[in-house]
Amino acid sequence: MNTPVTTESVEFSTNTNSAPLLQVTDLHTSFSIKAGEVKAVRGVSFSLDQGKTLGVVGESGSGKTVLARSIMRLNLGGNVNTTGQAVFEGKELFGCSMREMQNLWGNEMAMVFQDPMTSLNPLVKVGRQVTEHVRQHLGASRSEAKSLAIDLLKEVRIPEPESRLNAYPHELSGGMRQRICIAIALACEPTLLFADEPTTALDVTVQHQILNLLNREQQERHMAMILITHDLGVVAGRTDETMVMYAGNVVEQAPTSSLFADMQHPYTEALLRSIPRTTQRSHTRLAAIAGRPPDLIKPPSGCAFSPRCPYVQEKCRQEAPPLQTTDDPAHKSACWFPVGTPENKEAFARNLAAKLPQTLSVAEGSMVDTNQLLDQAATAEENN
Amino acid sequence: MAGSGKAHLRPEGEALISIEDLVVEYPVTGGNTVKAVSGISFDIKRGETLGLVGESGCGKSTTGRAIIQLPNPTSGAVHYNLVDLTELSTEAMRRRRTDLQMIFQDPISSLNPRREVGEIVAEPLNVWGPKDKAKQKALVDEMLNAVGIDPDVARNKRPHEFSGGQCQRISIARSLVLEPEVLICDEPVSALDVSVQAQILNLLEDLKKKYNLTLVFIAHDLAVVKNISDRVAVMYLGKICEVAGSDELYDHPAHPYTRLLLDSCPEPDPAVALDKSDNDNGELPSPIDPPSGCRFRTRCPFADEICSAEEPQMKEVRQNHFVACHHPLSQQADTPIAVLVTASV
Repeated sequence: MNTPVTTESVEFSTNTNSAPLLQVTDLHTSFSIKAGEVKAVRGVSFSLDQGKTLGVVGESGSGKTVLARSIMRLNLGGNVNTTGQAVFEGKELFGCSMREMQNLWGNEMAMVFQDPMTSLNPLVKVGRQVTEHVRQHLGASRSEAKSLAIDLLKEVRIPEPESRLNAYPHELSGGMRQRICIAIALACEPTLLFADEPTTALDVTVQHQILNLLNREQQERHMAMILITHDLGVVAGRTDETMVMYAGNVVEQAPTSSLFADMQHPYTEALLRSIPRTTQRSHTRLAAIAGRPPDLIKPPSGCAFSPRCPYVQEKCRQEAPPLQTTDDPAHKSACWFPVGTPENKEAFARNLAAKLPQTLSVAEGSMVDTNQLLDQAATAEENN
Repeated sequence: MAGSGKAHLRPEGEALISIEDLVVEYPVTGGNTVKAVSGISFDIKRGETLGLVGESGCGKSTTGRAIIQLPNPTSGAVHYNLVDLTELSTEAMRRRRTDLQMIFQDPISSLNPRREVGEIVAEPLNVWGPKDKAKQKALVDEMLNAVGIDPDVARNKRPHEFSGGQCQRISIARSLVLEPEVLICDEPVSALDVSVQAQILNLLEDLKKKYNLTLVFIAHDLAVVKNISDRVAVMYLGKICEVAGSDELYDHPAHPYTRLLLDSCPEPDPAVALDKSDNDNGELPSPIDPPSGCRFRTRCPFADEICSAEEPQMKEVRQNHFVACHHPLSQQADTPIAVLVTASV
């Protein structure tokens, strides 16, 4: 996973000649705490072109938020240690002074946070919060800033924008507040927008509206967007590329359509399987992922997912698999026994015969004919 | 939508819990009242799981709390085992609550951070159960085992040493230690990751079988509600819009609001066409001054004069499928609502 990622696939060939907007290489972030060094991001590389969307998916604690904050250099505090490279519009971000970063924040790169209830200042009227950095960065006068704010609120579909400028955040609903946060992020027309779980705190109907809004703004402004979420349902159909993270590593990365069509990493498969679907009959047994994410102070040797993986083999426990391309050059995954390969099927049958708990739970959950698989395992052993 | 009526209630005697004309209102400043729940009726059979689904502010949590009289509803009747809980004295209700337990949305804040897990789970026993410490310990251990927590490891730890999913298991253990008949789950999985959510849903299904529980499952996620429920009631702004068996409701949604909810549900499949229309469908109106007639009419694409004049009543559109709407959707289950709107114009 230390090789720099290039985006030369057919789908991303619109501007292959120019450099990508954001190029992240071997990013590591760790926090020193009393108990040790928490390795939150452990070597992430990716690149993002102008006007494209990247989805970052993973459970809580997989490092997705720390990744975004590291790139924006918002991980303040003396105990944070970030290494690697992040080149944004030709500028090495980790070499910038805080003053240079201040010129980038809001202006070139902006962020929408998870919780719209706490990311606005409760004591300041919405209008001033929307115009604050417009005046700072663009040097706009009060009246210019006000008319810009009204335009922005109209754009994010807030009814009666003139009167809302004088409202305090608590007078607005959660969905409205998230629209305000989006308006703030868009005010200086950034080229890169981080959306960190922008809809997790919201209802499904409002989530749908906010995601549509983000998509529309992203396309109209030809802005690049990194959409961070724990819900694979949110990235499906809304991102160009998807990156699945587990324990600080990228385990699978591919154009979104090919990720869903041809899932390779067992963790991606497990995440998707654990989501209840409206198309399933009621009382369908869900395939929960056994166990919990690993301790990031002492991550397991070998593949970090191996203790929970239904296909785990001895090799997985010893040696960490690299993130490598497969038949499709745009599709990368880090697994010794990728889903769908014959080796993977053998590994599953072997674990089933050995009655590994996580393998048995998958077999029950996915309603595979267990006897048939046990037979297969028996034949496989005979052949050996 | 969002109408009244009792056509969907089952014959008396079949239901373990039956709620009629439940009204919950809260006074607010300025002499107004928040009409959180406005005359809803439903019933739950023994051993059944009823899903209550709707957006924030539709009154689903208030309904759940009204069942255990926390607080007492403004009016209406809550029959449990043919006893009207609203007429019980405070003391009698306290005793009755041992049969009706609740688990909450935020697992971490619903456990006392200063107490050890063993004490937390034993707390209900100190009030109503055996006072003998050895018996208590046996019951606590049995319950922790049942929810998949190792009692020897967990007993002397405090809640902050556990993850959100484990805390939710502990709060389930606490609610089941008195062997209740009814468990009211108020958004038990919405604060959890998908993988942990699946573990908790599976656990609830197992415990329901093991302890013959009747569940009221409150959530805003339709897929979660469908997975666990036998029957689902869709709520909107203090009213029930649609009641049906869970597969039936999702296969043939008849209320435009149910359709809107279903269409908003993100499918983890890029091949499924997204409705990216600019139709924002507005926001929930204020429960202080709800719209006249059908409460959904301000967001409903099919609304006309009758919807503002007259409140729709529950009627049976298919077998055991009830809807309160003047213009119920018929068989266009696969057509997105945006297309239906265009067709009707």
